[in-house]
Amino acid sequence: MHPAFSVIFLTTLIGAGQGLFLALFTAQSYALFDLLPKQDSHAFYAHGSLIALLFLIGGLIASFFHLGRPERAWRSATQWRTSWLSREVIVLPAFMGTVFLYGMAHLLDFKPVLATLPGNIAIDLTMVLGVVGWVLAFALYVCTGMIYACLRFLREWHSPLTVINYILLGGASGFTLATVFAAFAAPDLVRFFAGWAVVITLLGLVSRVASLIRNARLKPKSTLQTAIGIKHPRIVQKSQGFMGGSFNTREFFHGKSAGFLRSLKWIFLLLAFVIPAMLLARALTGQGAMELMLLAFIVQYLGLMAERWFFFAQANHPQNLYYQAIG
Amino acid sequence: MTQLALVIDLNVCVGCQACVTNCKEWNTSGEAGPMVDQNPYGKDPTGTFFNRVQTFEVGEFPNTETVHFPKSCLHCEDPPCVPVCPTGASYKRKEDGIVLVDYDKCIGCKYCSWACPYGVREFDEKQKVMKKCTLCVDRLYDPAMTEEERRPACVRACPTSARLYGDIHDPESEVSHAIRESGGYQLMPEWGTSPANHYLPRRKTKLRLRHDEIERADNPLKVDGLLPKPGKSEPSLDDVTSW
Repeated sequence: MHPAFSVIFLTTLIGAGQGLFLALFTAQSYALFDLLPKQDSHAFYAHGSLIALLFLIGGLIASFFHLGRPERAWRSATQWRTSWLSREVIVLPAFMGTVFLYGMAHLLDFKPVLATLPGNIAIDLTMVLGVVGWVLAFALYVCTGMIYACLRFLREWHSPLTVINYILLGGASGFTLATVFAAFAAPDLVRFFAGWAVVITLLGLVSRVASLIRNARLKPKSTLQTAIGIKHPRIVQKSQGFMGGSFNTREFFHGKSAGFLRSLKWIFLLLAFVIPAMLLARALTGQGAMELMLLAFIVQYLGLMAERWFFFAQANHPQNLYYQAIG
Repeated sequence: MTQLALVIDLNVCVGCQACVTNCKEWNTSGEAGPMVDQNPYGKDPTGTFFNRVQTFEVGEFPNTETVHFPKSCLHCEDPPCVPVCPTGASYKRKEDGIVLVDYDKCIGCKYCSWACPYGVREFDEKQKVMKKCTLCVDRLYDPAMTEEERRPACVRACPTSARLYGDIHDPESEVSHAIRESGGYQLMPEWGTSPANHYLPRRKTKLRLRHDEIERADNPLKVDGLLPKPGKSEPSLDDVTSW
């Protein structure tokens, strides 16, 4: 497939935004049970939600560049019964709205207590909004992943690993972003976020390598024989029917060499997983300077963009069988 | 239920591209808007087409065969491109099984083209929507046309009658007969999309003549000239006498 930068930005930006929100709410949940020091509503949760929202808005804007007719985008919420893309279109704004309300409730200190747990632990409005946002964040990861995983012809994508990767890779970049934010706004949380960021990054490395191994062992189901229905071991295309390009030759081929793809694989494994994990690990030993954490996030984000480019480029569409020779 | 479809005889197709040309001509002039070309006379000409004829070589030299392979939307009975559409612009008509795109609803997200294993959907760079073969739905029911004209443009253009058109769910239709009796098959059956369009395989065409059918068995001199004059008492049948 031809990697579109609009989709690369969309998936990486909202992945980080969702992850950051999950990190904020994780800290709030820990603090609720006095496992972490309580943070300032304004400086930490409201500003953190704003940053998460900015990433989500960035992703949303990027997604519009993928559409031929962005003015009709509202129509894409109608087919949620069958289309994962439609489900994503519904869940993304719902999640953004929840993050906005969560941030506003913290900013305005609007925290009516809605329930009380045994042990006199007060569940206020921000906790409820946080739980709703937590569910929506995971639903959005699943929708994004399923958009690709549900296409059974693209066998590199048609695997539960695709969804798991979207969850783990987005979560990793979000928790790294949370570490940067904590280094700036709440230094006592740096080790907590950095620890989770390392764990999720390493889990992401395991599941991404698992999907790389799986894809390397795939045998194509469709062949030229099934594509044109002629049972002969040797079939060669002599003409694809036109000399110039077409949508079929542009949309489904990445246009780079196999060597480029191979080297990009190692580059993204280093940038998205190994280097950030090493930088984040320094925060665990108390050397979590903000600049270092910012570097970790930038390196990881660039690595994830490379990873997403590779994710698209590696998928080999069966229609390519029909476009092997110009003429 | 009706399922209109094409049946394409690979044994007959000569790869003349007449169906490609007529498809483009008819559909670019239609009320749904033109199928615009970019740089038609420039360096990298490109454009939207619903139908292409490709050429494959089967076998090893010198024992090769050239197969011309027309390719357009197969109007699958279980079309994978339809459920993924987020707007409902892609749909399969209940009444005749044609898979269509509503150009006024399509947002041009290209997701349906990813979901089609055959690569028959093309994004129109001018109208910014996804397009595909309509089976000339604007011809099929046009009361201003004669019965003969109410067929897809590609079928009308084919000089060798390699393209048959009809209802594959009607067991007595021409296309059903062709599929049944000439080994009609579907493309990429491994995906379970059940394409409505079928292809008829290549067949070895041989003249089945016995020796005595081309040379007269009753020609003792092995020449087709005058036969010897029979005696007066012998039978005088036309095929053994010269008068």
